[in-house]
Amino acid sequence: MVHSDWSEAEANTLIEARKGEKGAMLPILHDLMERFGYIDAAAIPLIASALNISRADTIGVVGFYQDFRRAPVNGPVLKICRAESCQAAGCEDLVAHLEHRHGLVADSHAGRVIVETVYCLGHCAASPAAMLDGEPMARLTRESLDACLAELGR
Amino acid sequence: MTRIFIPRDSTALALGAEKVARAFEAAAKRNGAPVEIVRTGSRGAYWLEPLVEIERDGARLGYGPLAPEDAEAVLAGGPHPKALGPVEEIRWFKQQQRLIFARCGVTDPLSLDDYLAHGGGRGLKRALEIGGAATVKAVLDSGLRGRGGAGFPAGIKWRTVAGVEADQKYVVCNADEGDSGTFADRMLMEGDPLLLVEGMIIAGLSTGATQGYIYIRSEYPHAFATFKAAIAVAQKAGWLGANVLGSGKAFDLEVRLGAGAYICGEETSLLESLEGKRGEVRAKPPLPAISGLFGKPSVINNVLTFASTPWILEHGAAAYAAYGIGRSLGSQPFQLAGNIKRGGLVELAFGPTIRRLVEDFGGGSRSGRPVRAVQVGGPLGAYFPDRLLDTPLGYEEMAAAKGMLGHGGIVVFDDTVDLAAQARFAMKFCAVESCGKCTPCRIGSTRGVEVVDRIVAGERREANIALLRDLCETMLDGSLCALGGLTPYPVLSALDYFPEDFTRRLAQQAAE
Repeated sequence: MVHSDWSEAEANTLIEARKGEKGAMLPILHDLMERFGYIDAAAIPLIASALNISRADTIGVVGFYQDFRRAPVNGPVLKICRAESCQAAGCEDLVAHLEHRHGLVADSHAGRVIVETVYCLGHCAASPAAMLDGEPMARLTRESLDACLAELGR
Repeated sequence: MTRIFIPRDSTALALGAEKVARAFEAAAKRNGAPVEIVRTGSRGAYWLEPLVEIERDGARLGYGPLAPEDAEAVLAGGPHPKALGPVEEIRWFKQQQRLIFARCGVTDPLSLDDYLAHGGGRGLKRALEIGGAATVKAVLDSGLRGRGGAGFPAGIKWRTVAGVEADQKYVVCNADEGDSGTFADRMLMEGDPLLLVEGMIIAGLSTGATQGYIYIRSEYPHAFATFKAAIAVAQKAGWLGANVLGSGKAFDLEVRLGAGAYICGEETSLLESLEGKRGEVRAKPPLPAISGLFGKPSVINNVLTFASTPWILEHGAAAYAAYGIGRSLGSQPFQLAGNIKRGGLVELAFGPTIRRLVEDFGGGSRSGRPVRAVQVGGPLGAYFPDRLLDTPLGYEEMAAAKGMLGHGGIVVFDDTVDLAAQARFAMKFCAVESCGKCTPCRIGSTRGVEVVDRIVAGERREANIALLRDLCETMLDGSLCALGGLTPYPVLSALDYFPEDFTRRLAQQAAE
C-alpha cells in the first residue's frame, strides 16, 4: 500500500471535507490512515479543533481502536488470525513457524514483514486465515506461507 | 453464449477464485467460445471453493474445488473428476432450508435486475402496501429474534421505536461480526447486499426512521466495498432517498467502517463508536429504542435480523413461525468452522442437534482425528463435549445446556485440543478486548488468566479452582455487557467437561 508523507495541508483538507458529518471522528481517522498510513501526532490538534472537542478526547479515541497506528510502518503487513476457529486449524503452529523459520515475531512491529495478530477475518470455514496487505488468504499451511513470503521477497 | 458463474466472495478469493476466473477468461479466449463470466457471492460450501458453475441446458453444473489449470478441460465439457453435477442437487445444499441465503452465490450481488428476477423486492413492496403498523405487527407475530446473539424479539424493538415521537429516528445495522467461527454477515453483505438494504428500508419505513447506518468491521474490506456499491445501486434505482419507490417517504443509508475493536459488536458500544467516541459500553436503561444513536430512538439489529424481514413480509408471519422449535422460530444460518471437513454455511430451521451439523453436514474433523470439543456461539460460547452434542440448537435449549447459540458459529476441535489453554485464551481475549468500563470485565479477565495459570501449574489447585469459579460468578453477575458477562461460559465449560486438561501438565511431570 502506498502512503503519502505527512502533510498538515493535506490532512486539513481531509478533515475539512468530513467535519460536517454526524459522528465524523472515525471517518476522518480512516481517511488519514488511508492517506498517510498512520495518525501523526500533529493531526490530533487539527482534528480536535475541527470537531470542537479536547485533544485529550481525540487521543482517547485514537488510542481505543487497534486500527489507528501512531507511527508509520515500513514494509508489508501480514495480519494473521489467532482466534478459536484458526486455533482449531493450527494457527499457532504457523505463528511459531513464522518466528523460527523466518524470524518474524508476531506483534513485535519489526522485521521485513510486519506480522500482526487479528481476531477473526471471517474465513473460518477455511481456517487458518490471514490477510497480506489487504489480500485474503485461507486454508494456510507452512508451505503456502513460505511460498507467499518467497513471492514477497522477489 | 455460455454463462459461467465464479464467486468473488472473499473466502473464495482467499482460496484462489481470482486466478481461476482469469484462467477461464484466458481459456475462453483461446478456443473462441462465446462466454459471459458472472461474478457472484458464495453459496457457502467453502469446502468446494473455488466452485465454478457453468450453465448448460438450463441447469447450473458445478465444478470444484478448482485450480486455474482445470479451466481448459472444464470449459471443453465432457466428464471431469471435479464435476459435481447440478449444484442445486448437491445433497449438502438440498437438505438446507434457505430463507435468507436463497440468492447468495446465485446472482450478481450488484445487479438489481438479477435481484428482482430472483424474487428480491417483494417484501418491501408488501410492506409499502400494508403500511407501517401492519409491517411491525408482522415482524412481531413472526417471532423473529435478534440474530446477533441476544435473541431479543425484533418486533418489540421495532414497535417501541415506532411508538416514540421524535424529530429524528435511526435504523442501525450491526455488521461488526467479530465472533470467531461466524461469517454469515460477511457472506450476505458480499453475496446478496440488496437483501440487507431491503430489510433496512422496511425497518425505516415502518418505524418512521429516515436515516440508516450500517457499521461494518474493518476486518471485512470486501464486504465494506460491496455494500457501499450496493447502496449506490439502490440510490440510483430510487429505493433510497427522499421518496422511496414513490411512496413519499424518505429513507437513506450510510455505511461506516469499524476500526478493530471486538467490543463494538455490543450494541451500545457500537452506538458510541458511530458517534465518534471510544467504543465504551453504555449502561441500560435508557434502551437504544428510546434513546439510541445521537440520543434519538433507534432500531438496532444484526445483519441477519434485517435480512430475515423481506421473507417474513412476502410470505407472512405465520409461514415464518412455522419453522423452528419452541420459542426459536424461523431459520438460522449455522456456520461450520474450525477443524472441519466440510466447512461452510448451513441454513436450517432452528432445532437441529449440534451433532447433525458437525457430523452430517460437516463430515467430522478435517484432520480425520476424533472430534473432542465443539464451541458454539463464538468466543463467549461454551465448549461442548461429545455427550452433549445431541443438544438441539435453539435459544432456550442451548441455555438449558449452559451454553448459548450466539450468532450461530460452530467451531470444531479434534483431540489435540487443550481445553485449559482454551479457557486461558477466553480470559485473555476478554482482557485484550475489554472496553474497560466495568471492573469485573477489565480486572477480572486479567486475574482469570493468572488463576488458570496457577491451576495448570498445580499451585494450590483446589483453592484456585474455587477462586476461578468465584471469579466467573462475579463476572457473570457483575459485568455491564456480554463480554465480561459471558466469558465465564467457555471457561466453566472447559473446567466442568474437560477437568483432566487442567491437571495434564502436572500428571506428565509426575510421570517423568
